[in-house]
Amino acid sequence: MLGSGILKGLAVTAKNFVGSYHDPNRMVTVEYPEQRTVLPENYRNFPFLVTENAEDPIGSLRCVACQICEKECPPQCIIIEKSKDKKPDAAGKMQLYPAVFNIDTSVCMSCQICVEVCPFDSIKMDQVFEVAATNRFSGLLLTRELLAKPNSYFHQIHPTDADEVDTRLAAERKAAEEKAKAAAAAKAVAAAAKAAAAPAQPAPAPSAAAPKAPLPSA
Amino acid sequence: MIGNGSAPAPFASFPGPTVRSVNDPFHGDLLEVSMGPQHPSTHGVFRMVVTLDGELIIKLKPVFGYLHRNHEKIAENTTYLGSMPYTDRLDYLCSMSTNWAYALAVEKLAGQAVPERAQYVRVILAEMTRLVNHSCLVGFLFNDLGTSFTPLLYAFREREKFLDLFEALSGSRMMCNYQRFGGCRVDPSSEWLEAARQIVENYPRFLDEYETMLTGNEIMLARTQGIGRLGLAQAINAGITGPVLRASGGSYDVRKVDGYGFYPRFDFRVPLGEHGDTYDRYMLRILEMRESVKILQQAFRDIPAGPIMDPKAKLRGFRPKAGEAYGRIEGPKGELGFYLISDGSPNPYRYRVRPPTLINLTLLEEMCLGHTIADAVVILGSIDIVLGEVDR
Repeated sequence: MLGSGILKGLAVTAKNFVGSYHDPNRMVTVEYPEQRTVLPENYRNFPFLVTENAEDPIGSLRCVACQICEKECPPQCIIIEKSKDKKPDAAGKMQLYPAVFNIDTSVCMSCQICVEVCPFDSIKMDQVFEVAATNRFSGLLLTRELLAKPNSYFHQIHPTDADEVDTRLAAERKAAEEKAKAAAAAKAVAAAAKAAAAPAQPAPAPSAAAPKAPLPSA
Repeated sequence: MIGNGSAPAPFASFPGPTVRSVNDPFHGDLLEVSMGPQHPSTHGVFRMVVTLDGELIIKLKPVFGYLHRNHEKIAENTTYLGSMPYTDRLDYLCSMSTNWAYALAVEKLAGQAVPERAQYVRVILAEMTRLVNHSCLVGFLFNDLGTSFTPLLYAFREREKFLDLFEALSGSRMMCNYQRFGGCRVDPSSEWLEAARQIVENYPRFLDEYETMLTGNEIMLARTQGIGRLGLAQAINAGITGPVLRASGGSYDVRKVDGYGFYPRFDFRVPLGEHGDTYDRYMLRILEMRESVKILQQAFRDIPAGPIMDPKAKLRGFRPKAGEAYGRIEGPKGELGFYLISDGSPNPYRYRVRPPTLINLTLLEEMCLGHTIADAVVILGSIDIVLGEVDR
């Protein structure tokens, strides 16, 4: 019968219309500002910088300004300037820090490549998506003060990833400490051996020290 | 604006008046209509300059380039890894399979092996992308036929479930940036695989409902059968690939011909059309979706445990040795290929995309000649173009 195909189709639309009131399979939207869906853990939006100490965010940035992310960023939205001086990092090693760290979110395409190439686990993806601003310069250019967020926040948004990073960093720091300890012990042993051997050849020590002597007083 | 019939330019490729009259020695007075680039039926910023005799099409000239973003040159100036997120933006509906095509080309170039689990995950994601693309294409096609959004929104409802899966896996719904050279970025958890399996299990039910609603519709049959015929010889000569070629009867599927990835391990058939008209192109997509569901079921059954990334794969400082490689996949729209030449530096020396939709568009005029302007819209919808890929 001509038109039976159309009637069958209309029966399907009627079923969908009724189903859209009670069938969870056919109710997929939420009333956004009041209701919100839960973001998946892997969701990514814009990068942020992880800090070790929430009280001193800028002083405890994990970032050592190595500029790998700046080089790898496909749309070139990261701007880094290295510091002139060095600060001790969480493991106590003297490191550079970023004097300027800007991310232009009007250019950033949320690709996560900066996170993947970072060897210090210092840059991670944020989940804040309500970032509309009325000024495209000050509102969308994120400086290091706006980017710095504590490690506890990282744990909150990416728990699995953060746990993995923390265990790895702790293991690395422990290994570094042990290595330093072993190196110190070896040095002590070497020094003791040298001290024992020193009386045999006393001549080079004063001559090596002599030219350096005036420097501290000058 | 109707002109006064003074001598027209041979090709109106520049944006000019939307409508003007032209004179043809054979047909007499004709009307030249510029459809697009902001026309809702052209699926993006695409323009057709159509010369009409009454309502019949005498000449059709596709004009594109409005979405040109210099993709190939940008890729030559960024690292191999840095181009991966840009490939998401080529065919922005199917970023998972576009990623795969690029990763395949670079892996061939660098001689990089891919672990078994990653190969299965790639097949799963590529076939899911095919489901998303084809169901949305059918929705858009019916939009062009005048069903005003109902089938499209049903398709979008199903698509949303797949996009949620993509988001849970890769972090982004559409710009996935998921494949890497030598594997995939994130290992899917067993919960993710179970959720995906469940959604794929339910998919045939949606397809049945979709077909009950659409396939027997008399208006659709009258508007698509015998419209926009494309002969097999013509299609082969123009280098048409994908569903458009198979609807004309050409048995050519890169999954079978090339056997890239682990496709030779899967049991599936390649549906073929007979008439090469719009209806065959519609029906072929429905049949392909059913085959994709079969592939997905086999993949969920067989996926092995193991690493997702080859341990020898390099992320930083990736420099393939000098040489060239062409990687191609059967994308949802046709054969998608990436041709790369390396000179040993961190950037490709030459980077070229073979976009299936641009090549499929070349025969639009031949398909449309002699049909009405309303049919041209439907024929364009059945070719399945994405302007991000046409213009690059």
